[in-house]
Amino acid sequence: MKISNESIIEMYTKMLKIRQFETRAMNLFAEGQIPGFVHLYIGEEAVATGACSNLKEDDYITSTHRGHGHIIAKGGDLNFMMAELFGRETGYCKGKGGSMHIADATKGILGANGIVGAGQNIAVGAGLAAQYKGTDQVCVCFFGDGATNQSTFHEGLNLASIWKLPVVFVCENNGYGISLSQAKHQSVTDISVRAVSYNIPGVTVDGNDVFAVYEAVGEAVVRARKGQGPSLIECKTYRWRGHFEGDPTTYRPAGELEQWKKKDPLPRMEKYVFENNVMTKEEVEKLKDDVDKMVEDAVNFALESKKPSMSSAVEDVYTDIVEEARLR
Amino acid sequence: MRELTYGQGINEALRIKMLENPDVLIFGEDVGFYGGCFGVTAGLFAEFGEKRVRDTPISEGAIIGAAVGAAAAGLRPIPELMFIDFLTVGMDQLVNQAAKMRYMFGGKITLPIVVRLPSGGGVRAAAQHSQSLEGWLTHVPGLKVVYPSNPQDAIGLMLTAIDDDNPVMYIENKTLYGVLGEVEDEVKPIPFGKANIKKEGNDVTIITYGKEVYYALKAAEILGKDGIDVEVIDLRSLYPLDKETIFNSIKKTHKAVIVSQEAKRGSYTGELAAIIAEEAFYECDAPIKRVGALNTPIPFSAELEDYVLPNEVDIIQAVKSLF
Repeated sequence: MKISNESIIEMYTKMLKIRQFETRAMNLFAEGQIPGFVHLYIGEEAVATGACSNLKEDDYITSTHRGHGHIIAKGGDLNFMMAELFGRETGYCKGKGGSMHIADATKGILGANGIVGAGQNIAVGAGLAAQYKGTDQVCVCFFGDGATNQSTFHEGLNLASIWKLPVVFVCENNGYGISLSQAKHQSVTDISVRAVSYNIPGVTVDGNDVFAVYEAVGEAVVRARKGQGPSLIECKTYRWRGHFEGDPTTYRPAGELEQWKKKDPLPRMEKYVFENNVMTKEEVEKLKDDVDKMVEDAVNFALESKKPSMSSAVEDVYTDIVEEARLR
Repeated sequence: MRELTYGQGINEALRIKMLENPDVLIFGEDVGFYGGCFGVTAGLFAEFGEKRVRDTPISEGAIIGAAVGAAAAGLRPIPELMFIDFLTVGMDQLVNQAAKMRYMFGGKITLPIVVRLPSGGGVRAAAQHSQSLEGWLTHVPGLKVVYPSNPQDAIGLMLTAIDDDNPVMYIENKTLYGVLGEVEDEVKPIPFGKANIKKEGNDVTIITYGKEVYYALKAAEILGKDGIDVEVIDLRSLYPLDKETIFNSIKKTHKAVIVSQEAKRGSYTGELAAIIAEEAFYECDAPIKRVGALNTPIPFSAELEDYVLPNEVDIIQAVKSLF
């Protein structure tokens, strides 16, 4: 596998952006500045980055409740994302969606999704549209191990397989469906074995190795673009934080998180760029500073943005009907 | 003028839009080669091919979910659920996805979907193939809901539905598929939110839609012989709702009877009664009456089903109770 230095730097930048965005969101939530539920992607950065680095701007993704990483990796704008987390009118969804519902149709991001497993069939529909129109677009469908027990997993993979749709199903097996460990929620260890049921390729890769993810998803994307149908890629990874911020994570065995932190995808990438002379130490330090600044700018953008006007509450339900708002 | 059945009317509208717009496609269980469980898509597979008239596995979640994704990516899908009862299996995709995505995403996504939903009892299909579930759908912000009662409206509402940029629930009554009706030679779209006064009258307003329009007209005829002059409104569109036509009629008659085939508890008729109570209470000189099915699952035996579902006798009783 030959990847240009430029692409490697781009991948590393995305991973740093995700880590820093999430770390900042974690702190802002703890300070009470961000309301609602926040599900963080820290520790899983290599999956979204490796997968999305195979995609073009007009390719599609469907995301999950833990969606910030996917959106950043697909080119989402940090300012609009952060403003949405704050519920501001400049946010991606004008403050109506929040962390769990960020979308950007102009970049093929068909939405984070608060319903586990709900992206499967939507991804199939996007794949159908690409096939129907005869474009070479693909859709990458992200989901966790927990989602593979939903009926939608079966329905989506089955339909994609019989219609040979250009969909790449990327399972982020982070070991837990909320509080339930994988061993307790399903009897398989490698979720990729389920691909057999749909007569499609299924592979398991180290989800903390961005190049392993990039390569496996890349092969699946090539297949999909050629009209050879869907694939299932399982990326074994781990979420460092709880299911949501505030989750006490009492269900984790002692030492498990520490073991996984040793496999942190970011230092691995840093080591790679040094050892392969992709970047110098100074360049990496500068990149980290630049990313930190981008995230700080996003926070400031959010804080300086207006809260939504009350009249916007009744807008966007339909394209053409706006009901009367309440008088107060 | 010419005669078509209700089912043929739907078919004609689908065909017109498929010829007009290459982004329109149909998919669902047995809608292709087989022509649909009720024959509504007959001939379309032969004319447009398997790319545009697609058979799906028995997978209601995938049928609706794929429509959501396809619409988000620029197509105008028309998924069919063989029976409205199967909506339960695809409900998340409809309620949490189709209905909410535009709003959740700040208006930056458009979902032009028409979900075809064969509905209603009277075919001895028992509890899981006979329900009237429009009240579930009208409850959900983000969905439009229409329910034609005759071939002309079936065509006109479908033409509008396919051109609409929002998810439209197009409810069809199964017992009406074979019913003949006059249809204009030049078909035209019927705008949503425009009710149709099927019969004018001065003494009482019956507000209804779908199959119950026929029972209401029958009841009106019988009541007319007893000197009660009934006005019958066919709503056609449940959301958006033509409140103006309803209120204008009540201003004239001062009495309202609302009829649907739904189990009465929690039904859409309750919403209609509440709207009238909130916004036209002082125009009413009698209680607002509702006629619906009994609050039971739909039974199989013909005798029991006919007893559970409302008919013209129930409507006549409800009207007479106001005088």
